[in-house]
Amino acid sequence: MATAHKAPDAAKDRAAPGPAAADVGPDTTELESLFDAAVAADERIEPRDWMPDAYRATLVRQIAQHAHSEIIGMQPEANWITRAPSLRRKAILMAKVQDEAGHGLYLYSAAETLGVSRDELLDKLHSGRQKYSSIFNYPTLTWADVGAIGWLVDGAAITNQVPLCRCSYGPYARAMVRVCKEESFHQRQGYELLLALSRGTPEQHAMAQDAVDRWWWPSLMMFGPPDAESSHSEQSMTWKIKRHSNDELRQRFVDICVPQAESLGLTLPDPDLRWDEERGHHTFGPIDWSEFWSVLKGNGPCNEERITQRRRAHEEGAWVREAAAAYAAKHSDHDKDRRPAALGTPAEATA
Amino acid sequence: MTTTPRTAGIAALALGDDALVLSHRLGEWAGHAPVLEEEVALANIALDLLGQARILLSLAGDEDELAFLREERAFRNAQLVEQPNGDFAHTIARQLYFSVYQNLLYTQLATTDSELAPLAAKAAKEVAYHQDHAEQWTLRLGDGTAESHQRMQRGLDALWRFTGELFQPVPGLDIAWQTLREQWTATVTGVIEKATLTVPEGPQSGAWTAGAGREGLHTEPFGRMLAEMQHLHRSHPGASW
Repeated sequence: MATAHKAPDAAKDRAAPGPAAADVGPDTTELESLFDAAVAADERIEPRDWMPDAYRATLVRQIAQHAHSEIIGMQPEANWITRAPSLRRKAILMAKVQDEAGHGLYLYSAAETLGVSRDELLDKLHSGRQKYSSIFNYPTLTWADVGAIGWLVDGAAITNQVPLCRCSYGPYARAMVRVCKEESFHQRQGYELLLALSRGTPEQHAMAQDAVDRWWWPSLMMFGPPDAESSHSEQSMTWKIKRHSNDELRQRFVDICVPQAESLGLTLPDPDLRWDEERGHHTFGPIDWSEFWSVLKGNGPCNEERITQRRRAHEEGAWVREAAAAYAAKHSDHDKDRRPAALGTPAEATA
Repeated sequence: MTTTPRTAGIAALALGDDALVLSHRLGEWAGHAPVLEEEVALANIALDLLGQARILLSLAGDEDELAFLREERAFRNAQLVEQPNGDFAHTIARQLYFSVYQNLLYTQLATTDSELAPLAAKAAKEVAYHQDHAEQWTLRLGDGTAESHQRMQRGLDALWRFTGELFQPVPGLDIAWQTLREQWTATVTGVIEKATLTVPEGPQSGAWTAGAGREGLHTEPFGRMLAEMQHLHRSHPGASW
């Protein structure tokens, strides 16, 4: 918990979120330098601490986008729950999709500590004013895609997210610790799924190779545009929201994946991929950034379907949420005592 | 009492198929739930049921062969659990009817010397949670808004005719079926009335009484459900996953 940058009592009102906080008071400069010093000293910024408006806005945008990605990311995988080829795989996949909903919940809670509401953020997702990771606009065409998503997409996500466990904003960093634990489990399961296919029948092997061929480049794009074109990078690094550049993380990911692909007995679809002795890294071929920007602008294979399904689930569920609110309003007093026990105890038994 | 392996197998299959099929239906909700907390809850219940199904089917044979290679006529689940999800109220009505049944059945079964008793004792804890979830939602929807009240009543009414089958004795299960039926009726009536709803009045089984899921006679949506569930597994004979 940081102490050096605590807002003095007089400044508390201005520390509230929202446009009003843009107000320039006489001591903003002092608060700003305390904040900068705290960040420089690797102290954690907490919800009640003063923070620059732009820092708050950047975090809201990033955490919301992260939460939205978890929620939209349920769709490509849920697409295979009803077709999973064994009961063991079906259980693993259901548990994974459930975890993703849980990650969405952690992340919306982290975003809410910055003064926004989950409903407000969901509205922005549904109306296209906030984005989610463009990787989820690719379709899952075969069962092997479930494995490729686990290995490559979750692998890329972990490479991105592990440094976020040291992010300067405390609630986000703590959410990432929990998320990363579960994600790395999913990633190993995805790898193991692909391994079973790769060592299976020729048809299964071909299915695995095809999935890796389709997911490899989109996974590399998950690290974002090249450093030279990344608009938010520099400021985020100064604020210690981000710890490494896009290109650094992408390189790290490639270096991790190459030997894993070899152990899997699968190839990566890049003729330029080779070990560079001098750099001590793998060199890889050029990324098709026109595809990346096109997907990001909404022209990917599934952009329309993903957002339509999300909106529909929300709209069709409106009457359920209204019912829950109406019931809670009617019974807020006399049910208060029994509800926690009734919901708490049996849930623990199934945990 | 001692159960022969054969009848225990039939019982394991009946209860295992119930859990497998309902788990599958709940899995269809993933990504479609009305609120994120329900994504978690419905998946959680589906996973508990799938876990039960895997243990039960393994007692009767190979879980994957039984799940993916049997034809519709060989499934022994009650017709209630194969009913399509419908709207959220329809799903909750199905959960209410079934989780109360399963809770009472497992609680009784746990006290017998059946080889299913240990599984029943463990599963009863999970099912108590499922029942609580279904009850809480029946109350919220029944006593929520006019629309939710109407939808909840519609769900209860539509599924009522599938409830009678739950009390048909299953070979190999040493259960006091009549007591089970009375307890079920009392519990379900209590929840429905507390939710300001009406207990359905129609018959609890269809006119075609032989058409019981336990006999391998199912409703039409079940075949399509199996086609989807089994397609990939059947497309790769002998493969392991």
